[in-house]
Amino acid sequence: MKKQMSALVALAALCGPALAVAQEPDSGSTAWMLTATALVLMMTLPGLALFYGGLVRSRNVLSVLMQCFALCCVISLIWVAFGYSLAFAEGNGLIGGLSKAWMRGVELDSLSGAIPETVFAMFQLTFAIITPALIVGGFAERTRFAGMLLFSILWLLVVYIPVAHWVWAADGWLYARGFRDFAGGAVVHVNAGIAALVAAIVIGNRTGFPATPMPPHNLTMTVIGASLLWVGWFGFNAGSAVAANGAAGMALLVTHVGAAAGATAWMTLEWIRFGKPSVLGIVTGMVAGLGTITPASGFVGPMGALVIGLVAGVVCFFATQFVKRKLKIDDSLDVFPVHGVGGFTGLLLTAVFSAAAVDGLGLPDGVGVGGQLITQLIGAVATLVWSGVGTFVILKLVNLVSPLRVTTEQENEGLDLVLHEERGYSL
Amino acid sequence: MKLITAVVKPFRLDDVRNALGEVGVQGMTVTEVKGFGRQRGHTELYRGAEYVVDFLPKVKVEVAVSDELVDRAIEAIIGAAKTGKVGDGKIFVMDLDQVYRIRTGETGDQAI
Repeated sequence: MKKQMSALVALAALCGPALAVAQEPDSGSTAWMLTATALVLMMTLPGLALFYGGLVRSRNVLSVLMQCFALCCVISLIWVAFGYSLAFAEGNGLIGGLSKAWMRGVELDSLSGAIPETVFAMFQLTFAIITPALIVGGFAERTRFAGMLLFSILWLLVVYIPVAHWVWAADGWLYARGFRDFAGGAVVHVNAGIAALVAAIVIGNRTGFPATPMPPHNLTMTVIGASLLWVGWFGFNAGSAVAANGAAGMALLVTHVGAAAGATAWMTLEWIRFGKPSVLGIVTGMVAGLGTITPASGFVGPMGALVIGLVAGVVCFFATQFVKRKLKIDDSLDVFPVHGVGGFTGLLLTAVFSAAAVDGLGLPDGVGVGGQLITQLIGAVATLVWSGVGTFVILKLVNLVSPLRVTTEQENEGLDLVLHEERGYSL
Repeated sequence: MKLITAVVKPFRLDDVRNALGEVGVQGMTVTEVKGFGRQRGHTELYRGAEYVVDFLPKVKVEVAVSDELVDRAIEAIIGAAKTGKVGDGKIFVMDLDQVYRIRTGETGDQAI
């Protein structure tokens, strides 16, 4: 293949400027992005699926796995139909156009920067899959499959895709303002976090919450899932460099530091507060650290990441206690306090730790920490409001057409049997 | 004939099985159960949500014994299952009207 290309190039050079030469993608970056795409898909299947699956009661384990799997399938189809186009094709500040619908123009040789456009579209798809899958944690164990599917599809179109466009598309209004969200602090974590909180409130608490014990049925499964998330997150953050270079390497490093710091902080807090460190605590702290470092991962240095991770562990720890114990909202798998609060915190800390003075990779010329902080706040709040309101409206509309909540009897019997006529375990 | 039901701590099961074997009781049925008497449960903590778990895992051993063996069987169970701490369990002794060996049709003491 390479010899033929070289011959073509030589021929083209002889023919002069009249003949256009097909540019080749950067092989190193392409190889990395192919890998990163696989890693991020693994974060949903089976990373998140197992993480969540272990946290619910055994009678509902399949419902969680099914939700993650089904969302991956359905969202993938919508993405290649018009999702990718609406997110990334040229449009206006708020939304993309339909020029790339049905993947028109995305061909074998099409490039997005230095990598094939097919790979870029796929990489972005894995983010579009995991974000609605995260929301599932907010309404686990009481939501109808059909209602969840309809909600998630509408949420992808009305909330996720516009926000992704604002932040990551070249003509997005937040991108144009210099909003810094390297790998999805706003697009993924704040987005999903607030949606999960709203959904938990609208759909209502699980029957018996908070008096009835509803402990995780299989923490070994959860830890396996968490481990896959840690490894997969290297694709999530380092892959967002869209290149195999120093930036990806630094993103890899700071991501890892964020995870380790978040986990250690949570474990320590639990140890002090409750007397014993728990396995659920340490993995939750890891997720908090990762979610918080996500927006910062392309802009900060390792020492900044250390602080960010520690702050994440502490802030998300107290946020979780607050939502569960004080507000008594049944965000079953703590999506808002971990991802929502974490992502929001990370977006703000990005401004602070981008500064070269604190080991960061620097801010743009003429932009100070204060100015960047305001930009970060604008983007974080815009995402929060758009997702929060959008989620509320979509839930209300969906409920008219397809009830979101199962009946109490169905809830008691368990979603696996009631919605899928299957058992997770035949022991 | 008597049906002896003993609820004991799970880790004593092997000792109980051996002790019964030594006094001549060979067959038994064992079930994993949950329960409590005076022994208190424990608390579990998941992300700040604390649960008190009342039920403790126990093992239920059921043996059918002829009248002559009853006292020795009970002595064997108590000897093997006792730890001296709260939660050691209980033994229930019930009259057994009839016993059948399914394979041969034997009844009564022949079937035990």
